[in-house]
Amino acid sequence: MARKIDLVFSDLEPGLALKKALAMKPEALIDTIKESKLRGRGGAGFSTGMKWEAARRSAAGKEACFICNADEGEPGTFKDKRILELQTSKVIEGMVIGARAVGATRGFIYLRGEYNYLKPSILAKLAELEKLGLLGKAICGEKDFCFDLELRLGSGAYVCGEETALIESLESRRGEPRNKPPFPTDHGFLGMPTVVNNVETLAFIPHIVLHGGEWFQEFGTKASAGSKLFSVSGDCAKPGIYEFEYGITIRQLLREVEADADTKAVQIGGASGFCASADDFDKAIAFEGIPTGGSIIVFNQSRSMFKVLKNFVEFFQEESCGQCTPCREGCSRMLEGILKFEEGKGNSKTITDLLELAETMSLASKCGFGQSVPNSFRTIVSKFRDEILSA
Amino acid sequence: MNQLNVTVNGIAYRAEAGDTILELCRREGIHVPTLCDHPDLRTKGICRICVVEVKGYRTLQAACSTPLAEGMEIATSGDKVRRARKTIVELLLANHYTDCTVCPKNLSCELQSLANEYGLTELRWKERRERIIPRDLSSPVFVRDNNKCILCQRCIRACQDLQGVGALANLWKGDRTIIGSAFNRPISDIVCINCGQCVAHCPTGALHEKYSVEDVWKAVDEPGKVVAIQTAPAIRAALGEEFGLPPGTRVTGRMVTALKMMGFDYVFDTQFAADLTIMEEATELLTRLKGALVDKKHTHLPMTTSCSPGWIKFQEHFFPELLPHLSTCKSPQQMFGALLKTYWAERMKLSPEQIYSVSVMPCTAKKFEASRPEMGREGYADVDFALTTRELAAMIKQAGIDLTNLPDTPFDNPLGDSTGAATIFAATGGVMEAALRTAYEVVTGREVPFEHLDIKPLRGFEGVREAAVPFAGLKPEYSWLEGVTLKVLVAHGTANAKTVMQAVKAGTLDAHFIEIMTCPGGCLGGGGQPLPITPEKRVARARAIYEEDAALKLRKSHENPAVAKLYADFLGKPNSHKAHELLHTKYTPRGRY
Repeated sequence: MARKIDLVFSDLEPGLALKKALAMKPEALIDTIKESKLRGRGGAGFSTGMKWEAARRSAAGKEACFICNADEGEPGTFKDKRILELQTSKVIEGMVIGARAVGATRGFIYLRGEYNYLKPSILAKLAELEKLGLLGKAICGEKDFCFDLELRLGSGAYVCGEETALIESLESRRGEPRNKPPFPTDHGFLGMPTVVNNVETLAFIPHIVLHGGEWFQEFGTKASAGSKLFSVSGDCAKPGIYEFEYGITIRQLLREVEADADTKAVQIGGASGFCASADDFDKAIAFEGIPTGGSIIVFNQSRSMFKVLKNFVEFFQEESCGQCTPCREGCSRMLEGILKFEEGKGNSKTITDLLELAETMSLASKCGFGQSVPNSFRTIVSKFRDEILSA
Repeated sequence: MNQLNVTVNGIAYRAEAGDTILELCRREGIHVPTLCDHPDLRTKGICRICVVEVKGYRTLQAACSTPLAEGMEIATSGDKVRRARKTIVELLLANHYTDCTVCPKNLSCELQSLANEYGLTELRWKERRERIIPRDLSSPVFVRDNNKCILCQRCIRACQDLQGVGALANLWKGDRTIIGSAFNRPISDIVCINCGQCVAHCPTGALHEKYSVEDVWKAVDEPGKVVAIQTAPAIRAALGEEFGLPPGTRVTGRMVTALKMMGFDYVFDTQFAADLTIMEEATELLTRLKGALVDKKHTHLPMTTSCSPGWIKFQEHFFPELLPHLSTCKSPQQMFGALLKTYWAERMKLSPEQIYSVSVMPCTAKKFEASRPEMGREGYADVDFALTTRELAAMIKQAGIDLTNLPDTPFDNPLGDSTGAATIFAATGGVMEAALRTAYEVVTGREVPFEHLDIKPLRGFEGVREAAVPFAGLKPEYSWLEGVTLKVLVAHGTANAKTVMQAVKAGTLDAHFIEIMTCPGGCLGGGGQPLPITPEKRVARARAIYEEDAALKLRKSHENPAVAKLYADFLGKPNSHKAHELLHTKYTPRGRY
């Protein structure tokens, strides 16, 4: 049984972790994060410590940048919004600690455009922390430690949650993913070594600094240390935000949220994630199991999986940035194919054609967006083929 | 240099660190198809046709944008790669308005050849069977057909990175993305310099020049009319490519023969007017220098050249306040046209209405230049039709002529006589080299002090190049130049020109005379030249141009006897009143909005 955890939303005295971090050498700070095995909570799950280390290495002597990715856009996720509502200063403190570790002097919170209402409270928090000497110039009285943090708003593009598209957007250009390599840790915002961390990832940082890397590993599984926030919606009695340690099974999660007894499917990881059916419910949610950025959508027997799929593909067709062929053309052709079923023109050949298209999209698209579009298509089609064919 | 060991298709290679997979494959002759990649342009990695398999990677990697790493095991073919590429071509084709047989790019379309390469026999998706986006016909020189656009963004990068104009951008997103202009206005409403580099870099029929072929055929056939054609220096070094000859093959005499066979009454050489340009422009420069040095007047220095119509429009848009720096000399095309319908017409006892004036240019902007209202008099235009090199090639083919097997014919007199100085107008730096050969000799009575008259510092393909020529031992009438070192600068590609002009504007540039050519490489890399355009072709064409110059007996514009006769019989002397009337022009400050 995975434990229910209360870390992210627990209160910490502002500045406590930062002061401890300042007493450490940046290298030791990075080692602590590496030791914790913290992995990015945005979905891709890259080791946070290694990311910081890479940025610090290429920053040597250069100006570096530290960005908080608050462009929470995956359908069905709303946990970062709540973190920024309730624990703003903890996230900012995580950033300041990160800036210290990598040697960044400039930072941004890239906030989803639809979260505009959070702007006044975040700005007030930035001003307050600056007044307390926890942000801005001469942080905690250290003359040489400055971190200039700005709030910037996105304009509604889902793809800007992809870190390089986010950086392009920050540079006032179209939000289109860049080629990687070079990775942002080498060549990010205006060419500076840049770290981009998700809101939730940053919220863990002060806790890890205070309690040590080993402590964090007490939670979760071997490959997935710590806990994870889940945004749960759909056919359940208690939708909302939950924090569990990694390794929780779908079945346990469904029980905790009092999902409908006739749960048919669970979409894990939003539109770009995977669809789980009853056969999968004993699988664990973890990087080594079913990974997720946190979106959990529960469907009961009354839901049409065809409509669920159509909805996801419509979303992708709308949100593809349009620069690379497989994603731009692929999304609209995938929708064209799916609509055939509604028109009574779809058959198993259509599914075969679409699976072939899906393969090219996942193998040849430029960024994670196009590569993950086929996830939901493939899992829904493999589990609910008859529902699609008879739509 | 850091060396890496990698394998491609099981064969070991050593490569330079920092090279991409595509660079290695190209060097080693391993075929990897490309669409959005172009050697002139910044890598985008968006068409994904160049994907290859790299061992250990979950996804296929775009060869164009993936740097090599030690021990990389690369496969450029195989089932996974082939299927992905085929699907990509299929996706592009399905959304491409396919009227191949009547498309100007038929048989030279890169998408068409990929469809052939991957053996597509059917499309599984709903095809674009008609034009759903209206074409933009508003540009005076080219047509934009978004229905054929595959969104490779080569036009955007050519316009922005090579030319510093930024007329084109992608609009909207996802499958609604189109290439368009600011606020999706027609091209005629926005800042466009007509250079045609977008056209020259487009892989499909989405961009092509406006054709004058039918008009010219009609002119040739019109009874009672005399049709005279002038050909620019850059044509002779590139036209052969359209007939399968290797880049850099000189076809001057064969081209003249072909034009005669096609029915042009007189075949002249724009180079005659290029020599004339040097006489006018060198005189103008000396006047400006004298004004500054002797009369201590404010004259506009540095002076910039005015041969390249794209550059002229660029300056009218981006640096209108610097227009007084622009030489008032018309371009050779327009000087030629003005003389054809005056000087030559008088000699031939023809009235201007009896003459059709046709030009062949490596350039799309020349079409616009010919249509400028100031380029004519008494209701007739000095140049009636300006063809590109590609249009001329099409006409030669339509006439059933095999250019490769023709004997040589000389140009007609007198407007066909020229020197090597005029030939090198085709290459970036050539106008400046020609001007120095003349200006130096005019003021000193001696040849310009460079071996074989080759002013090497001005040659090559660096974006901006410079040279300094000290004056000493001057003729008495130019003694005021004693001790002056003439500083000159050459830039090509208007993005480079922009940098130079910003320095002129800031007053930080120490130069007297600047040559600017709109297109990378100068006219030989012009927007109207044979496709595909590549850096190697530009090098080969430049080699041909300099070889042609070196082989000529007369290599200085002031030695052109026909030009000397023109002054003696008709114009008087350089910059005379009559010369001003016919050979000089005014500019239009346009601004950016």
